[in-house]
This record gives sequence, structure tokens and C-alpha cells, in this order.
Amino acid sequence: MNLLQQLMEKPWLTEDNTVVELRDGRTFALSREKLGLRVFLVVVMVVFSLMMAAYIERKVFSDWHSVPLPWLLWLNTVILVFSSLAMHRAWISARRTEIDGVRVWLYAGGFFALVFLIGQLLAWWELVASGYYAAVDPANAFFFMLTALHGVHLIGGLVAWWRTMAKVTRGCGVVLVRISVELCTVYWHFLLLIWLALFALMLFT
Amino acid sequence: MVDAVQDQDDFVPPAEVAEMELYHPKSWLTKYVFSQDAKVIAIQYSFTAIAIGLVALVLSWMMRLQLGFPETFSFIEAEDYYQFITMHGMIMVIYLLTALFLGGFGNYLIPLMVGARDMVFPYVNMLSYWIYLAAVLVLLASFFVPGGPTGAGWTLYPPQAILPGTPGSEGGIVLMLVSLALFIVGFTMGGLNYVVTVLQARTRGMTLMRLPLTIWGIFMATVLALLAFPALFVGAVMMTFDSLLGTSFFMPAISQFGEQLKYGGGSPILFQHLFWFFGHPEVYIVALPAFGIVSDLISVHARRHIFGYRLMVWAIVIIGALSFIVWAHHMYVSGMNPYFGFFFATTTLIIAIPTAIKVYNWVLTLWRGNIQLTVPMLFAIGFIVTFVNGGITGLFLGNVVVDVPLSDTMFVVAHFHMVMGVAPIMVVFGAIYHWFPKMTGRLMNVPMGQFHFWVTFVGAYAIFLPLHYLGFLGVPRRYYAMLDTGFIPESAQDLNAFVTVVVLIVGAAQMLFLYNIAVSMIKGKKSGPNPWRATSLEWQTPQTPPGHGNFGPTLPVVYRWAYAYGLPDATEDYVPQNLAPDQLMSDYDNSGLSHSAAQAAE
Amino acid sequence: MYVAVMIVLVAVGTVVFHFMSPWWWTPIASNWGYIDDTIIITFWITGVVFVAVLLFMAYCVLRFRYKEGRRSEYEPENKKLEWWLTIITGLGVAGMLIPGLFVWNQFVTVPPGAAEIEVVGTQWQWSFRYPGKDGVIGTSNVRLISGDNPFGLNPDDPNGRDDVLVEGGDLHLPLGGPVKILLRSIDVLHNFTVPQFRAKMDMVPGMITYFWLTPTRTGTFDILCFELCGTGHYTMRASVVVEEKNAFDAWLGEQETFAQTMARAGSDPGRKASLVLNETGNVAAKDRQAQ
Ligand code: HEM
Ligand SMILES: [Cu+2]
Ligand SMILES: [Cu+2]
Repeated sequence: MNLLQQLMEKPWLTEDNTVVELRDGRTFALSREKLGLRVFLVVVMVVFSLMMAAYIERKVFSDWHSVPLPWLLWLNTVILVFSSLAMHRAWISARRTEIDGVRVWLYAGGFFALVFLIGQLLAWWELVASGYYAAVDPANAFFFMLTALHGVHLIGGLVAWWRTMAKVTRGCGVVLVRISVELCTVYWHFLLLIWLALFALMLFT
Repeated sequence: MVDAVQDQDDFVPPAEVAEMELYHPKSWLTKYVFSQDAKVIAIQYSFTAIAIGLVALVLSWMMRLQLGFPETFSFIEAEDYYQFITMHGMIMVIYLLTALFLGGFGNYLIPLMVGARDMVFPYVNMLSYWIYLAAVLVLLASFFVPGGPTGAGWTLYPPQAILPGTPGSEGGIVLMLVSLALFIVGFTMGGLNYVVTVLQARTRGMTLMRLPLTIWGIFMATVLALLAFPALFVGAVMMTFDSLLGTSFFMPAISQFGEQLKYGGGSPILFQHLFWFFGHPEVYIVALPAFGIVSDLISVHARRHIFGYRLMVWAIVIIGALSFIVWAHHMYVSGMNPYFGFFFATTTLIIAIPTAIKVYNWVLTLWRGNIQLTVPMLFAIGFIVTFVNGGITGLFLGNVVVDVPLSDTMFVVAHFHMVMGVAPIMVVFGAIYHWFPKMTGRLMNVPMGQFHFWVTFVGAYAIFLPLHYLGFLGVPRRYYAMLDTGFIPESAQDLNAFVTVVVLIVGAAQMLFLYNIAVSMIKGKKSGPNPWRATSLEWQTPQTPPGHGNFGPTLPVVYRWAYAYGLPDATEDYVPQNLAPDQLMSDYDNSGLSHSAAQAAE
Repeated sequence: MYVAVMIVLVAVGTVVFHFMSPWWWTPIASNWGYIDDTIIITFWITGVVFVAVLLFMAYCVLRFRYKEGRRSEYEPENKKLEWWLTIITGLGVAGMLIPGLFVWNQFVTVPPGAAEIEVVGTQWQWSFRYPGKDGVIGTSNVRLISGDNPFGLNPDDPNGRDDVLVEGGDLHLPLGGPVKILLRSIDVLHNFTVPQFRAKMDMVPGMITYFWLTPTRTGTFDILCFELCGTGHYTMRASVVVEEKNAFDAWLGEQETFAQTMARAGSDPGRKASLVLNETGNVAAKDRQAQ
């Protein structure tokens, strides 16, 4: 039954056909963890959408001076794509129950994510070194805030990654880590999409 | 009745999904302090919320003393007054009501009422509480930093919130923003639990439309909160940047006290949009759980099914959805494009229709019922009266042109106190009297409860009704003192003094309530498992208070909705949700009371 | 029994209080009587609903009091009743909204030829500016504000030279003509309110907001700030004097213009202006108009 049908049910009438109605009380055919992650991604998406809306609202005024985006950001983007791809490979390995593949690709994914974060810091440093402080101009402020927020979310992802890693090194079976790997991968792809959106937004101003 | 459930192995098909493994505490610390049991977390949330709420209550006395007797209390300076209103408003709305309804009632009731052993992510749920506690402590810390807490009003509008001239612009405002951000992070963790538990962890047979309305209210409020709090979060982060790093997200070019400030290019209105994109749904974050809970109180104590259940559910969903497209009714005179007024006035008044339907259905539930005037029922009636009153004044403020003379007057203060102060608090009280027996196994003292109700209800009405009329007169809100104002007659001051006296009386009555809780917890009459003879699952637990895992070895199986009151062909006037259909005529009463005892409890 | 009586008492008491209350709106002094009319319509519609709901509830509490052995009626839904209630509520809501939107349309449509007057809010004082002989208000910029030029007028703008500045005094308005009140703040939010005018609007730094009215009654009224603007918010007062056209003109003639103020101060704000503008660089050419 789809959601709408469920909401149209007349609960007082089901008195007689109870047996049919005894299905498990789940609304979606989805595991709890996956649904939890999806709800969380929606929340994060609202955060970033509101920030982007604020950015666009501000940008339309004539006194907007765009930040010269450091070329390093391009490199960082590529690294983040690598990170996502590696996580994806880890997930594929997990599905094929290849624990070695999971370990290797998880390492790679985490490593690239860390490199990305360091790259972002270098990009900040470059901007600050050439005088683009956050306080100088709204465009700079937005740049620092958006990248910082994205970075914080990635750091949160690394915490989850670290816990998964711990499970793998502790020798938990593939079956036990499979769901964690999948959740990390989805989150990684999501953060990649967010980054691409932010980057595109800042690029086309 | 418990046996009845277990005998049905031939009748009930096997579960499709295996039960989750339950976390079992290993030490005293993990059982009572860092507990992952939603019931313990609920109690932790509730006590913290009520404790900080008492601070807000005391602050309101201070404010009322100043308003009632402006020259008398020299220790309340203008700075203090503005700090008091800010902290009072923010604490009441966020740290008391939101935390209590969702963190407190949500945690306690969701697993029990949907027939789950616990929340789906217990560890995250535990973190949620501890982060909330940290948020409360950071908020309290702002009372002790130089300059004190922020006095920017609970709306925290920039630019003044972070500029000198406003109390607490030194450190208080930053602590407030940090505390809010923490609260939101903590809430999100809890919120994920509430949503996923309701959607995916219901027991067998508990279809969406068999859920008690309490769960619907809390569920929808959580969804709203998850989608609305990000706006406050974004606003708070941006304002923290403005305050600490000197960025100009919300700060235009400003010349203050003869000095040019370094800011430039930001938009104060942008913050207002962000704030109210959160702030209006926030009203419903507080109201929807109250709607849900009061529906159940009315139904149980009127011994009648809720009238128009489906419409009640749809109304909750529709109100929730509409609440995201009305936010700018708080900004009619903010200087935003005045043409927005047409749109937002229309959407706002449209929300009144599903809301009115809810009111009708509550009253129609009483109609042809069998009404027991228990203490929870009294509070439910008190809720209807104050909510209708407050809802009606909302139609004044929502109708854009009527809002123009009334905005930022005492009328607004009276309106939102009726609708999101008094009315939800009535529900909180009613709910505590209602579920106290389940949480402790004892009934609360009834005469004390009745006295508490009458003083609180009549008192609150007498406090806030006249304030509307001061608003018509043009008395502004957030005024430390009225000084000499030509159009305000002497009698307005007498009225203010009267209101202040009533506030103190009502405040004293709350102490009686706390006393009642304390005494009843130890010495209250034993309640039995189901003193109100109610149908929903929390009353059918094998133990009272419910043990770890809530239900016995097998989870209950649900056969009907939560409103089977007054069924013609059943032994009792209530049929528990998990009573097998072939048991309707058996002796299934589990109230633990004889009928006359139930009468006496009334 | 006593519960039903109390509910009735609340309903009746509220209505009695409404009609007996000595606290009611101030006698109106502008054309915005329509707003008062809309409020009265709203009162009647909502008042009827309020009393009806309460009385019906009192009746239920009385009539359907608990009786041992009785069962409540089992009727989960009554589509017809619910439809009727929805329709009636919808009509009631439309009855309030439609007149409200008509009046709002008037409120946002400034009549052509309305005189422009600027109100400037600072912590915690009001100032006023009249357009002078040319009838045009000169441009201004927060960055130009200094001790000599507290309004931040643009000295290069000829429209501003004859503007009349009233710093910290009273606002004077001529009786009977429509006035567009331009609102400007140079520090934080404020709100220009005269309860007798019924209208109000926030003043937002970086923007120029406005509303319009026609004063319809002579007299002196309080101006209050209605948007929290810091510790001194409640002290931010001034008076508005509504007077006959000739009295107004006479008063206006006595006030100093911007050019006179400048000459008296002996400064050349023009040079300074360009200096300031060069320094800060990123000043928007003009404060943003309310879109
Ligand atoms: C008997 C209990 C209460 C009393 C006596 C009381 C009194 C007051 C007073 C005197 C003000 C300041 C009015 C002004 O000068 O503008 C105020 C503001 C406020 N109150 Fe309460 N209040 C009570 C309960 C509540 C509750 C339960 C809520 C929860 C919704 C609440 C929410 C607020 C808010 C949001 C403000 C606005 C703060 C601001 O202007 O920034 N109050 N209250
Ligand atoms: Cu609202
Ligand atoms: Cu003010």
C-alpha cells in the first residue's frame, strides 16, 4: 500500500479483517538505518539550500565583488571525486563479501577525504595570504562559511568512517560492516554533490 | 488479557521482520545516567526542561514586577529588563516547551504507544540529551559573563543584537547563538529517532491510521522541527560570524553613536526571513504535540472515540505543510516588499480552517460522550478555551492590515501567550496528571490537582485577556517603562498592577503542583496498570512503570485503532488496541480498579 | 455542574469585559479608519465563534456528564457535519480576509502627489527632514554621516541643499493632505509609530521604507519607537504636531535648511564626502530602496 492509501484507511472499519491488517508496522520497505540517513541528508540539504539562497539573495546587489577562487579548488574537487569513487568500490566489495577489498578501498576513501580537507585549508591560506579576509567583503565571508560548513560535515563523515574502519580492523565479518560501508558511501556521494553545487555556485558569479 | 495475546500463535502470522536487539545496560552509570532507554532519557529531558523553565518563570515575575510597579523595584534596570524578556522568551519556547514535548513526551510515549521496545537509535538518542544539557548549560553560563546575557529580544534581530547599546552584545549573544546551535544539533539526533521509530518500528497491526493522535502530533512536530531548525541554525552561524569575525552577512553600513562602523553591505531583513522561516513552524512545533496529546486526553476522559479521526490526522499534516508558507506574517511591518502581504495574509488565514476543524472535533468528541471531569479533562477543557481565544486573536494579526496597528503591542504579547504559552502549558499539565500513574504507578492527589487547575486557568485568563486591550490602546511590548505617554490613562497602570498580583498567585500555585508531584511520587494512591481504562498500548504493559523493553517477551499485536471507546458489543466501555477480536465479550478489564474506584479517582 | 458554569462565565465575562473595557483604541487622527472597521468585522465574526464554541462545550459538559453504565455514542465520522463546518468556517475567514486585502491594497498604494517627509531614527532619537522648496528630498548615504552632517546628506546633490532638517525636535504635519513618510535608520532597527495614526513601519538601516497617511485631526500626538533598538528603546520619543496648512508653512519657514547649517558650521562637506567614499570603497551608490 502506498503512503496515500495508508492515510485514507478508515481505522474503525478494520475490526473484522484484522488478519489481513497484521503486517509489520513499517511505512517504507527500507531498513531503519537507511531511512535514518535519508532523513538526516534532507536536514543537511535544507541547511545548505538556505545558505545558497542567502548567497544568491546577497549576490544580486551591485556592490558584489566575487572572490578569485584559488585554482587549488579544482584539484580538491578531483580529489573529492576520487574519495567518493573509492568509497563506492568499498561498498561494491562489501556487497561481494570481499573483506580485503573493503579494507583497502575504505582506507583510500578516508585518505582522499583527508587530503581534500588539507587542500581546502591550503586554499583558505592562499586567500588569507593575499588579503581576502572574511570581514573584508561579503563574498569572502560566504566563501569561508560555505567551505567551512562543508568541511565540518566531511569531518563528521570521517568519524563514522573511523568507526567503520575500527570494526573492520577488529575483524568483524563483512556482513556486519556492510550496512556501515553503505551508509558512509551514500553520505560521501551526498557531500560530493553538495560540494559540486557550492563550487558551481561560486564559480558562476 | 496478556494471556489472550500469547494464545494466538495460530491466529497471528509470523513476523516478517526480526526484532531488533535491545541494548542492555551493564552498570549503574549506563542504567540511570548515560542510559539509552528512551524512558530514562525522557525523564532526564523533562527534569532539565522543567528546571530551566522555572528560571524563565522567575524571570517573568521580575518583568511583571517592573511592569506592575515601575518605580518600586530599583534593582531592575532597563538592561536587566531586556535581558529578562529575552531569556524568558527563548527559554520558554525552545528550552522548555520544545524540549519537553519532543524530548520528554516524545521519548516516553513514542516507543510505548507504537509498540516498540525502544527508539531505533538508542545511542544517538542518549547523545541527544547530553547535547541538550550542554546547550542549557551554555545558555545559563551567559548569565555569568561580563555584560550578562543578551537583551536583544528572543527574535535576536541584527544589527542591534551584536552592537553596543544592546545588553549582552559583548559575550551574551555569542553564547546564546552557540547554545542554539548545540540545541539544534542535539535535537536533530533525537528527531531522527522519533521520525524513524514512528515510521519503521511500529508493532504488528499498528497501521499509520491506528496511531493515537499524540503520536501524530509529536511526529509531525518533529518533521517540522527537522526542516525548520536548519533556518535558525544558518542564521545563528552567520550571526556568529558577524559578531566574532566582523563579516557583514546581516550588517549594512552603520553609523552608530557618531562613529562609522566597519560593517557594510549586509541585509538585516535576510535574518528576519531566516528567523521566521524557523519561527513560525516553531509555533506549531509546540502546538502540534499539544493538539495530539489533548485529543487523547479528551477522548479517554470523555469515554468516546475522537470525532473525525481521519480529518484530525489530515489537519495535522496540512497545518504542518502550510506552516512553511506563512512565516512572513511576522514581518508585515518589517519593511519587506509590502506586496508580500497579500500572499502571506491569505495563506495565514487559510491555516485557520484546518485549525478550526480540530477545535470543532474536540468539542464534538465531548458531545454525546460520557464525560469524566478528571483533572486531565479539566486541563483539556482549559486548553480548548485558551486555544480558541488565542487562535481567534491570531486571525487579527494574520490579516495583514489589522496587524498594522497591533503589531509590537501588548496585543501580540497577549496573543502568543494565550496560544503558545497558556494553551500548551495546559496540555503539559493535563498530560502529566494523565501519564503520571504510568510513570510512577501512583495517582496524583486530586483535590490539589483541581485547585491547581482552577487557579492556573482562571489566573492565566485574567492575566492575558486584559493585555489585549492595552494593545488596542497602543501600549507597546518590550517597554521597560511607559514614562509619560499622553494616550495612556492612569487606569492602565492599575490594570498592570492587578495583572502582576495575579501572576504571583498563579506562580505560587505552580509550587503546589511541584509539591503534588513530589508527594504523590512517594505516597500517592497506587494506580494499577490502567487507571483511566484507556485503550492505547502504553496502558497495556505487563509492568507499571514499564520495564526495560517496555513489553513482555512478545510485542503486542494491534487489532484496532486507539479510540475504541463505547463500542456497543464489548464487555467494557473501552477495548484495548491489542485485545484479540474474539475476546471482546470476555472479562478483559486490566484497570486494576473496580468501577467505583475509577469513579472515586475522578 | 460548576465546570459548565465556569465555561459560561468565561464566555460571558469575556464579552462583558470587551464592551465595558475602558482600554480601547485612541481616537483616530488619520484616514486609516478602514483599519478600525476591519477590526470590528473581525471582532464580530470571531466573537460569535468564540461564544458559540464555549457555550456548546458547556452544554456538552452538563448534558453528557459521566453516568455509570452508559456508553458514549459510536459515530466515528459525520461527513456532512464536517463539510458544513468547513464551509461555514471558510466563509467566515473570507469575510475577514477580503475586506482586509482591499484595505491593504490602499495601504500599499501611495496616492500620486503625496508630500514626502523623511523620518530618521538613531539610538535613541528621532529626526525629520522636509524636501524644501523644490519638493524633492536629496540623496543620502550613511558613510557621509559626521558631526557636521548628522543626516548623511549628499552635498553634491542640489536637491538636498534646500532640505529642511529638524534634529531632535517635533514633527509637524499639515492637516488634510496625503503624506508619504520615508523611513531611514542609520544604526539599528526602529519603528515609527503614532497610535492615533494606526499605521506603522520598521526602519531598517541600509534601506528606505515608507508608508503613507492623511492626517485628519489637528493635535499633538506621541511618536514612539515600536521595534526593540537597545537599552534606550522605551525612551525614544518625540511628538507629532498636526496643524492647519498655514500654521505648518509658517513653522517650516522658520527652520534651517541644509545649506544654512553647512554654512554656519563653516565646513565644506563636499570634499570630505569624496574622501570618505574613497576610503571605504565599497559603499553602495545609494541606500537600497525597499523593493
Ligand atoms: C505565567 C506565565 C508567564 C508570564 C507572567 C509571562 C510574562 C511575560 C512578559 C511580562 C513578557 C514581556 C512583555 C514585554 O514587555 O514585551 C513576556 C514575553 C514573552 N513570553 Fe512570557 N510569560 C509567561 C509564560 C510564557 C510561556 C509559557 C511562554 C511560551 C511560549 C512565553 C513566551 C514568551 C515570549 C516568546 C516572549 C517575548 C519575548 C520577547 O519579546 O523577546 N511566556 N512574557
Ligand atoms: Cu507565525
Ligand atoms: Cu526602539
